Amino acid sequence: MTPPPPVIPTSILNGKAWVFGDDINTDIIIPFRFKSRTNDPYEMAKYAMYGIDPDFHKKIAKGDFIVAGKNFGGGSSREQAPVALKYAGIAAVIAESFARIFYRNAFTIGLPALEIPGIKDKVIQGDELRVDIGNFIVENLRTREYISAKPVPEFMHKLLLEGGLVEYYKKNKQFPWDSKIV
Amino acid sequence: MPVAENQSATQQLTSAATATDDNSIHEILKDQSLTFAEKALSINNQGPQEGKRLNAGDIAVVDVDLAMAQDSTGPLAIKSLKEMRIDKLYDPSKVLLVIDHTFPAADEKVADLHAMMREFAVEHSCMLVEGSISHQHILEYLALPGMIILGADSHTCQAGCVGAFATGIGSTEIAAIWASGRMWLRVPESIKVTLSGSLERGVFARDLILDFIGKMGEDGANYRALEWFFSDENVRKEFTMDSRACISNASMECGAKISIFPFDEVAKQYLDQNPRAMVSNQNPALGIEPGQAANYIDKIEIDCSNIEPMVAGPDHPDAVHSVDEMDGLEIDQAFIGSATNGRIEDLEVAARILKGRKVHKNTRCIVTPTSVKVYEEAIRRGYVQIYLDAGAVFTNATCGACVGTHLGALGEEEICISSSSRNFVGRMGALTSKVYLSSPATVAASAIEGKVADPRGYLH
Repeated sequence: MTPPPPVIPTSILNGKAWVFGDDINTDIIIPFRFKSRTNDPYEMAKYAMYGIDPDFHKKIAKGDFIVAGKNFGGGSSREQAPVALKYAGIAAVIAESFARIFYRNAFTIGLPALEIPGIKDKVIQGDELRVDIGNFIVENLRTREYISAKPVPEFMHKLLLEGGLVEYYKKNKQFPWDSKIV
Repeated sequence: MPVAENQSATQQLTSAATATDDNSIHEILKDQSLTFAEKALSINNQGPQEGKRLNAGDIAVVDVDLAMAQDSTGPLAIKSLKEMRIDKLYDPSKVLLVIDHTFPAADEKVADLHAMMREFAVEHSCMLVEGSISHQHILEYLALPGMIILGADSHTCQAGCVGAFATGIGSTEIAAIWASGRMWLRVPESIKVTLSGSLERGVFARDLILDFIGKMGEDGANYRALEWFFSDENVRKEFTMDSRACISNASMECGAKISIFPFDEVAKQYLDQNPRAMVSNQNPALGIEPGQAANYIDKIEIDCSNIEPMVAGPDHPDAVHSVDEMDGLEIDQAFIGSATNGRIEDLEVAARILKGRKVHKNTRCIVTPTSVKVYEEAIRRGYVQIYLDAGAVFTNATCGACVGTHLGALGEEEICISSSSRNFVGRMGALTSKVYLSSPATVAASAIEGKVADPRGYLH
């Protein structure tokens, strides 16, 4: 049976928050020995957050969010990290801050990554969130609080809304930097 | 045969500085207000601000001199390229595929992905290297000062040791460079680090950078450039290319985007002894010197004589301790190797410590050189025999144990002291295993005693 396709970022997303701490590195998100033995994103998804909970992919519902502390995605350059999260059903990652390469990779593969300093104090495990990808705003439905994410350059935002670099290229027949929009 | 025949494509690598006209390049290179990163990206920029001075925070679009992927990131890059239906590479002579992480293949799944890479390399006539760690291969044969080197591997920043602008990105972005020749980069803020004093006997560059990471924190240099300077010529000479490579490589553990040593005599000598396509003073990129009045967000001074042997772990590279604090912690495995610390100077000091001694009966010791070149030199100098006599295992060059993929994975609750790059949860195997990072000397001393041990007593 083919699994359902991952969530394509539309403007408004609704889901439940899974809360993690600081310095969640890419070895935690998907260990090397699993990510290096497949090119299938659904196979990668089986190991999402394996370093903390090997059953994480079974517990989450499609469209849920990860909320984390500082330096989410540190360490390796593995694009399999955001891919595993996306194909496990995670619709967006919201963190106090992101490690550089993970952040790039998330936009590249079309996984919304929202940087919000202070988010840890505003969301608890299980909170229902509404994430507006078009405006980069998170609404906590429990507290009714609206929280703005740090803005990103326009070309990165466009990349995200079009579903990542592959989708962007397929649609536009060029990369963002070919059109002088970067 | 470790290196494929088409490696001669490296001979075609051309100058890093390609953009804009000569005048504006010279102006930018002379500008005393710009950091290394600002200069390197300004002179290469082909984005909307082409020919202008870029400052930290600006975004450049650069011609990439070398775009690398390895066997755990290359297959995904190839897949992305296929999904974009791109079947022609912009310039195959700037494309490098390296099979190093799980080399030779540990199982059939890996073997199939390796086969995919070989097929791609043949189809597109790009560089293919098997059996040397990518970062060391780039250092030994390809990197030049001022080059823009991007790799689908976080430790690509190692090439900063010869003054290249080198950093890691993801697989699909590497695929996009293979297709278009270009990539966008944000100009990073820079931190100036000045080294003075002399490292004590038994203390090494790895101890210095572990200590530094401990002070900076895991994300202390996230998005930032590190520029390394020396207070005087004696200190400069003490930091050989091997030790600079260790520092540039390990800088990733505090998040650094690049970690560069401005081009100097030591780098020149290294390049003279390890010839490559072009080392010429005509290359304007060679002249990238950080400006005297450049804008740094932080300036740090380190007196090397204060550094002790360090041990970092478990779980976080910034969880650093002096070796004294960890003294006596029992270990199951001692690992000497990885791109961070498996070069000839590393194998030399470990061999010096292990010579005539035995690895402790409760401990296994694994030694993995960083490249074929290092492997050959270790044989020539007799180190391999010393390791075997001591009861250690000497493997081919690979990232194997460091990433827990083969040749030294850890079981439940096992403890390893390692000269490798990272100590994250489950990095080398079971989630309950623990990794402690240290210099190869500390690993070797610990291998003998079966517990974390101070190397200083072994080096007279």
